[in-house]
Amino acid sequence: MSQATLRIQKISGHAGTVPGEDTQRQFTVCKLIDTTTCIGCKACEVACMEWNDLPFGETIFGNTYQTMPETRWNYWNLILFNEHEREDGTLMWLMRKNQCMHCAEPGCLAACPADGAIVQYTNGIVDFQQDKCIGCGYCITGCPFNIPKFNPETKRVFKCTLCTDRVSEGLEPACIKSCPTGCLHFGSKDDMKELAETRAKQLRTHYNFPNAGVYDPPGVGGTGVIYVLHDATQPEIYGGLPRDPHIPWTVKLWKGPLKWLGNAAMIGGLIGLFVHYLRFGPKSREDEDLVPQKGEQP
Amino acid sequence: MSPHEQLLPHGHILRYNFRERLVHWIAAFSYVYLLLTGLAFWSPWLFWIAVILGGAPVSRMLHPWIGLIFVVGVLQMYSMWASQMPFTDVDRAWFQSMRHYIRNEDEKMPPAGRYNAGQKLLFWGFFLCGILLLLSGLVLWFPEYIPWSLRWLRYIAVILHASSALLTIGLFMIHVYMGVFAERGAFGSVIRGDVSIDFAKRFHPGWYKEVVGSSTPRK
Repeated sequence: MSQATLRIQKISGHAGTVPGEDTQRQFTVCKLIDTTTCIGCKACEVACMEWNDLPFGETIFGNTYQTMPETRWNYWNLILFNEHEREDGTLMWLMRKNQCMHCAEPGCLAACPADGAIVQYTNGIVDFQQDKCIGCGYCITGCPFNIPKFNPETKRVFKCTLCTDRVSEGLEPACIKSCPTGCLHFGSKDDMKELAETRAKQLRTHYNFPNAGVYDPPGVGGTGVIYVLHDATQPEIYGGLPRDPHIPWTVKLWKGPLKWLGNAAMIGGLIGLFVHYLRFGPKSREDEDLVPQKGEQP
Repeated sequence: MSPHEQLLPHGHILRYNFRERLVHWIAAFSYVYLLLTGLAFWSPWLFWIAVILGGAPVSRMLHPWIGLIFVVGVLQMYSMWASQMPFTDVDRAWFQSMRHYIRNEDEKMPPAGRYNAGQKLLFWGFFLCGILLLLSGLVLWFPEYIPWSLRWLRYIAVILHASSALLTIGLFMIHVYMGVFAERGAFGSVIRGDVSIDFAKRFHPGWYKEVVGSSTPRK
């Protein structure tokens, strides 16, 4: 939302270069979510609603600690819950804070046709600019995490901003500030990566989670939100975290080869038709039609 | 329309009746709007088209509705013309001699009927692409109602809509070139409805024979 002190590195639907690109270097910011110490208290959900001035939405009771099926256009941060049974028959309650992953290669931005409706700041935050959104919903198709949500009344799409307005002023996102267990961390991507790896190693060596690891999927160039998981070999059990997320291949084909092929064909076709006219001209001449031909007299 | 009704005074033949002309132009104007707004969403370099046409959100809102009008036009054309459009042996021979057609050597072409093979290809191309554009367009119209488990529908729709639109653009460019520039008289025929005897003889000998046959044109 606020771009006061943030520089932009990627712009959706933009012809030409990015103005001001590379004039300012910034740390790539990152949110670290340690699912192993999350207790599902939902303080982060409340903090998100408070800071971003989102209304209280209707919750659904489904006999779990999850309050609604998925995020909404006005509810950007949701703890997903899964009661997972392990091979030895013991149970685990898995909590995962779900929100925009702020991909390094954002599918929403790649799919968006509106100039400047989605931007990626130099610090890596992917942000929707609703005043430039045209409501086509292509970002919904481009996102591999099911994050952008459509407001049918205003015809605009919304999602987590990573509290851009706070981060640009040197503050941490609201969810980070509210976390009582310290399972949420915020800092540079390098620092968060290191902290996450340290925690994963601790889980592997001291807590009997041999498969513990860090979720920072390379298919979307890495993400601005990374997870520590007890079992990084099964990300799906954490509320359907995709194993190998990537921009849908049809979206890549559409925005890549098909675009260049189509443009070449359209321009080539226009040139071809023009040259054909220069070479062969019209099949008939109108002035000939006006003169009665021999043999047609009654 | 019986052949006799198609013969007009002053050496002209009625080629398109009022319904045919009206439907053609409903489809044509709606297609041009769809083309312009579609191109605006296709490439950032053409986004300005949507800005000129009332702003991109307006274009996004109207594009599907105009699309429905276009589909109605296409279905009307199907009901009017589909029976005249099956490919025949003459059409196969016509495709074989296409190089002559391209070089304006029309006297070397097999005798086309009311529609030549190229026009039939245009008709079926637009009909099939129209159906594909409708189906994929419905998905793109309401992406927010496609549940996550059916997201593959959206993935197919984006590529299908763009590809079939590109095919229609190719057909459209050739159609406009032929109708406005190459075959003088064709553009007037879809406005006023009639063509000259010369035009019919030269480009649609089979049809000319069918209409004129034994009877004499009224002068």
